[in-house]
Amino acid sequence: MSTDQPTTGHRPGPEPAGPHYSEQDHGEQEQLFDLPPSTSPDSESYHLDPTHFGIEPGEPWPEDVPRDQDDTWWRYRDDPAGARKAEIKIAFMWIITLLCGLGLAVIYVMGGDPQIEGGLLALGFFCLGVGFVWWARDLLPGHDVTASRGHHSQSTEAYRTTVVASLGRGLEPIARRPFLGKALGLVGGVFGVCILFPLASLGPRLHNGLAKTAWGRNTRLVDENGRPVRPSDIDPNGILTVFPQTNPGDPQGATLLINLGPASNDYKPPLSRSTWKIDTPSGTIIAFSKICTHAGCPVGLYNTIAHELVCPCHQSTFNVLQDCKPVFGPAPRSLPQLALAVDTDGYLVSQTGYDQPVGPGYWGRG
Amino acid sequence: MSTTAERRAADQRQKLEKAGLDFVDDRFGSSRWLQSAMDKIFPDHWSFMVGEIAMYSLIVLIITGIYLALFYVPSGAEVVYHGSYKPLDGQTMSEAYQSVINLSFHVRAGLVMRQVHHWAAIVFLAAVCFHLCRIFFSGAFRRPREINWTIGLLLLIVVMLEGFSGYSLPDDLLSGTGLRVVYSIVESIPVIGGWVAYDLWGGAFPGTTLIPRLFVVHEFLFPLVIVGLLTAHLAILWRQKHTDFPAPGKTETNIVGSRLWPQYAIKSGALFMMVIAVLCLLAGFFQVNPIWIYGPYTPYNVSAGSQPDWYVGWLDGALRIMPHWEFRSFGVEIPNPFFPGILIPGVLFGIMFAWPFIDRKIYNDEGPHNLLNYPRDRPFRTAVGVAALVFFSDLTMASGTDLIGNNLHISYERLIDILQYGAIIGPIVGGIIAYKVCVALQRTSAHPIQKPIGGVIVRGADGSYHTLGDTDHGGDHDGAATNGHGAEDEHLDGEGDGAGNGHGRPAEEETVGAGGTSGASAHSAGSSPPTDD
Repeated sequence: MSTDQPTTGHRPGPEPAGPHYSEQDHGEQEQLFDLPPSTSPDSESYHLDPTHFGIEPGEPWPEDVPRDQDDTWWRYRDDPAGARKAEIKIAFMWIITLLCGLGLAVIYVMGGDPQIEGGLLALGFFCLGVGFVWWARDLLPGHDVTASRGHHSQSTEAYRTTVVASLGRGLEPIARRPFLGKALGLVGGVFGVCILFPLASLGPRLHNGLAKTAWGRNTRLVDENGRPVRPSDIDPNGILTVFPQTNPGDPQGATLLINLGPASNDYKPPLSRSTWKIDTPSGTIIAFSKICTHAGCPVGLYNTIAHELVCPCHQSTFNVLQDCKPVFGPAPRSLPQLALAVDTDGYLVSQTGYDQPVGPGYWGRG
Repeated sequence: MSTTAERRAADQRQKLEKAGLDFVDDRFGSSRWLQSAMDKIFPDHWSFMVGEIAMYSLIVLIITGIYLALFYVPSGAEVVYHGSYKPLDGQTMSEAYQSVINLSFHVRAGLVMRQVHHWAAIVFLAAVCFHLCRIFFSGAFRRPREINWTIGLLLLIVVMLEGFSGYSLPDDLLSGTGLRVVYSIVESIPVIGGWVAYDLWGGAFPGTTLIPRLFVVHEFLFPLVIVGLLTAHLAILWRQKHTDFPAPGKTETNIVGSRLWPQYAIKSGALFMMVIAVLCLLAGFFQVNPIWIYGPYTPYNVSAGSQPDWYVGWLDGALRIMPHWEFRSFGVEIPNPFFPGILIPGVLFGIMFAWPFIDRKIYNDEGPHNLLNYPRDRPFRTAVGVAALVFFSDLTMASGTDLIGNNLHISYERLIDILQYGAIIGPIVGGIIAYKVCVALQRTSAHPIQKPIGGVIVRGADGSYHTLGDTDHGGDHDGAATNGHGAEDEHLDGEGDGAGNGHGRPAEEETVGAGGTSGASAHSAGSSPPTDD
């Protein structure tokens, strides 16, 4: 279309032949708008103008664009009664839209209601749209037309060569001087990196942050309300989420206390962990990190029959009786265990911090 | 037909319009451009509407999004709720969560606006993906449209990120859990993962920095990128003109359809209204993301049945069915979430970005195309697309294993096993079936869900039957007047084969066209113009 390359004139076609075509002075665009006001849509001039079919002035009429296209036909051109009916239909739809609008205003003033609001909005827009459909189908002149795609997918070789030459005029002075060219490259690279430094302000330095929790030597276990926990606070087969008292809000420190209850006899930890548990009359109490080693979700589901902890995010399953070894799902590692002790006041404390980073893996975890 | 009064009124209107346009043209000289723009032709096919649905959903998203932004408080600071929604009374929550609760329960029409916004996002992503499939299966990405394919894929990525960032803004338990998983995925990137996670979140998870940052990203950065890319997407479409399916009268160098003004604009406006209507209907009657049920985010809580919005389901599913691999050596580690969270999407998108160039090699076809392929005419491409869809569906299903398991009474262990095998075998089986179906459909040369339309059957002097085809402009697959009458039509082979085998079918299908079965394709004698080679 003429949007693309107006008046380039680099593709002079032969003078067009054909009776319709030669009637038009297609070189003069202005003529389109200087037509006398009495020109109704029924005038034949519209569909004979090649520019309406994507054909540039001077271009021969393409074989695959029919010449006899009637752009003035509409559904009820010869049926005034039908046209009247269509008019009434459309008006009816748009009046429903109007009523929906008024309804919306009323509902809003009365305090609003999501269902009625949604329903009225939907009905209003639906009827408006149906009116548009009928407007397009019943009242608009014209139906499918065939036009030329034009020849705008490629420029001529002459144009390409000219553009390359023009670009060269700007770049050549630098490219011709090797030192300047290299200097610009170097400057661009170094300067480009340097101006990105402020991005580092976005976060604190990593140090060893991903590996640290607030657990340390003799840190008291507190529940989510900050109360210290005694061994008797946890029932057989019960679980309790606890945090380090030094930093109760530390999400990395979330730890799960488990009272194995009747299964205590089946729990046979390795020798190195045999002192990490607390034996109480109701059962053995052990503690594991609550942060899944897969993607960091809290491992919050405890199956008291199989003694398995299940992560609700991706169903990683850890066998508590086997030191929370992963037995199913994508988790690659056991949940780290927290060594427990009881302090002189009878509260549960950690012996030390975790012996490994909790939570999901990362590059430097090693 | 028209009375004098009517004509005078029309003249009057035209004078007014002329005055207005004169004002514009005196300043911009725009009338010539305007005329050619209004004359621009857009082909009609139902599948071309899908991209428009996406665009109109985006407009709804922008309008409702601006409204929501006026009420949202982008703050992770903790407050204790004492509002009118009693079940949450006294709970500690972030200001962001509180503001969304207030928006839902206090602001008049706030809930309906929020739900329109969320539903629009869901429909938007669905339309974008559907649009992608249409482009892929019909070969619309081929030269000269490879660049627009690339822009479209970039849009898909940004739009998914935009959707996910918006889903995370309310800071509820469900979305917070999603963010936790994303943190782990970012953390898993080799070498730089920890830094990136620390820089994005401003420290360890969860911190209080992320919510205000997400707000900036969701309200400003991504929308800017989306609108910029979409502008380029549409400008290129405008410049290159729309593709169309082959049909009688359609060639590589012409375009058949409605003019932009008035027919196309009015019809498209109707579609816009319908899209809004559907979104409002969904928003009014179908609850979406009820964050007051999920509760505020606390890092150590999570509810079972945690599913993200559908368009990130495949990533969540990939995390679930990934075997528990993790690589550790030399003091470094490549953690498990890296494979499903970074590697698989990276490879998939890499293939998609490269597809126009792969496709060009497969079909040895460098030429420009404005006419589309029917999916059956490129069985291998269709098979690849179907395989990809099966893979995505398998992963998406995997993100619902807990729900599926509960409802169907299958253990989720078994379900994961099935879906793990499914992710490997499913695409292969799906691809083979798609290939076979394509080849079979070519044989009938009829549309699978449409009766043959049109065509004039003529009885010859020798008693045989011919179908009059438009040999100049190529036929339409739908235009095949009869099908399944190979025996009767055998005598047509002589005249039909030359065109029949050359018309838009790659070499690999030649065996299909040859022999007695080409009777059917002879109906559409000279069908699609020679688009290949």
